[in-house]
Amino acid sequence: MADRIALKVDRVSKNFQLPHEKNRSIKSAFVGLFKSKDRTIETQHALRDVSFEVKKGEFFGIVGRNGSGKSTLLKMLAGIYQPTKGHVMTEGKLVPFIELGVGFNPELTGRENVYLNGALLGFSKQEIDAQYDDIVRFAELEDFMDQKLKNYSSGMQVRLAFSVATTAKADILLIDEVLAVGDADFQRKCFDYFKEIKKGDTTVIFVSHDMGAVKEYCDRAILIDNSRLVASGNPDNIARDYTRLFNEPGNAGKQQNKRRWGDNAMIYESVTVSPTTIDDDTSEFVITAKVAVNEPIEKPVFGFSIVAPDSRELFGTNTHIAEYKTNSYKPGDTITVTWRVPNVFADGQHALNVTASHEDVLTVCDWWEDALRFRVNKIKKTPYPVNPQMRVDVK
Amino acid sequence: MFAKVAQKYRYSLILLRQLVITDLKLRYQGSWLGYLWSLLRPLAFFVILYVIFGKFVKTLPGIDHAALYLLLGVVVWNYFAEVTNLSVASIVGRGDLIRKINFPKYVIVLAGSFSALINLGISFVIVFAFMAFTGVAPNIDALWIVPSLIVELFIFAIAIAFFLSAVYVRLRDIGYIWELFMQAAFYATPILYSLSFVTNLTVQQGMMLNPVAQIIQDLRVTLIEPKAPDIGTVFGNEWVRLIPIAFVLAVTVIAAWYFKKRSKHFAEDV
Repeated sequence: MADRIALKVDRVSKNFQLPHEKNRSIKSAFVGLFKSKDRTIETQHALRDVSFEVKKGEFFGIVGRNGSGKSTLLKMLAGIYQPTKGHVMTEGKLVPFIELGVGFNPELTGRENVYLNGALLGFSKQEIDAQYDDIVRFAELEDFMDQKLKNYSSGMQVRLAFSVATTAKADILLIDEVLAVGDADFQRKCFDYFKEIKKGDTTVIFVSHDMGAVKEYCDRAILIDNSRLVASGNPDNIARDYTRLFNEPGNAGKQQNKRRWGDNAMIYESVTVSPTTIDDDTSEFVITAKVAVNEPIEKPVFGFSIVAPDSRELFGTNTHIAEYKTNSYKPGDTITVTWRVPNVFADGQHALNVTASHEDVLTVCDWWEDALRFRVNKIKKTPYPVNPQMRVDVK
Repeated sequence: MFAKVAQKYRYSLILLRQLVITDLKLRYQGSWLGYLWSLLRPLAFFVILYVIFGKFVKTLPGIDHAALYLLLGVVVWNYFAEVTNLSVASIVGRGDLIRKINFPKYVIVLAGSFSALINLGISFVIVFAFMAFTGVAPNIDALWIVPSLIVELFIFAIAIAFFLSAVYVRLRDIGYIWELFMQAAFYATPILYSLSFVTNLTVQQGMMLNPVAQIIQDLRVTLIEPKAPDIGTVFGNEWVRLIPIAFVLAVTVIAAWYFKKRSKHFAEDV
């Protein structure tokens, strides 16, 4: 029974017809008739010939860069889009949401939105009535349910949406990027919920950019790139392949990505951190970066900075500030840069930016924001951006 | 058997109910009299009709209870116009939902037509109240004729609503076209004037083939004025009644087929 298939994607392709000027009025349709040569309909291949199977009870990850086609794939799994070619087969009840808070209306109260969102997930009024108190308690919004949703903060809205979603009883659950939102406490709650459903035999399809979460929760994963399935299997390997996509010199993803730029004289090949999850016991946090040299370079400068969960840059440094003398390198060399950082982090998901530049510091070879993310789980919490170990002595 | 059907349509019913409730809540939010407006609007309208057409402008020679007779026609027309006009943009208006969740799309159109149905019910209560007040007593056949005519009206309006809302996703002009068409149709339907003012018999007959005109005249004959013309008397043949009914059925089948076919692609097109 353990090998029962919950979901099967069989040679699925999806094309979108994109007229450059959408013919939505009769006039433009007529004008288009006479100027048919000028009219171009571009066919966009959002997915090409993708096949995979998900077993019952599996926690299955789908990763890929923005625009790779993974959201299109998820929408086809959810039945929102129809495949152009191929078939999607599902076994059991599939929760039809891919985004949290679908149908939320800012003019309605929190309570009314719970019933509306619940109805979209297939709950009758009686079923919501029975679970209403649990939903509110889980969202920690007891005092706000009779306020209009427009007065909620975005974090509160997400909590409410997630709380309704967790009540959904389904055989297959589709989850898209829910972890990017909410504060550290709520993220913890979400992960606890995932652990809980992982124990049951619910099949979960999980689309994420957070490789930490993919590695931690997924049994298997696939990587979608350029509309094709390029790798499938063990989440650790998939996460590695995914990170590698961003390191290919001059690849399309990099050009589109304004958060990574430079003259490519040197380029980060890989950036890893150890440990990948930091807790109260971690004393030191090690960043290891491998840099490939493409052009002869003298006395390069390497740097990094760390971004807190609230997107503030916490701190950073570089070899110039640290007065570390680097050598000269020739093409083909690989430079390993290791930073040792004391564990001062507060709870939550942090991001790492890395830079490599010429001797003058200002001419950038590779500036890479959000090179990776790491998770900090601190039991002792403070409301401050950093949370170092401190000793106290009261006499 | 019933349980099985209920199971199949359970999700649609839950959704329909919730969308209708949400619509009603949003509609009267911030209005002092709230739901009372649904009652006040037709009531005020009846007073206007009563003063203008009952006292001064005689467009209905030989008809007793002219104001009531007019009101009934206007009520039916308003229902038809409200359902079809509101439906045009209903699918596009719910694009945010359609792009994010897979659900039976016909629920949107049904839910959108619900407030018009409530208004129709309220209007009929007012019509019946005035009938009792003025002492108009229809005969016993009204008990089955009136509900069947309402069912015909409901089906016709909703079928056109399905068709328009699906076309609008791809061709936005349909909104303006329908608005113009409805304006012309309002004057081409004997609502504010007597059919006998139409000089040409063929034109009279053509007008009565319109299912809405047929429904309005049948309701008037049944409820208020037995000597008013209906499709049977205009043609001198009771079998002609089948033509508007067949037309309604044909429109329903085509609209259902088209909506079903297009609804798979709404998520990409809206």
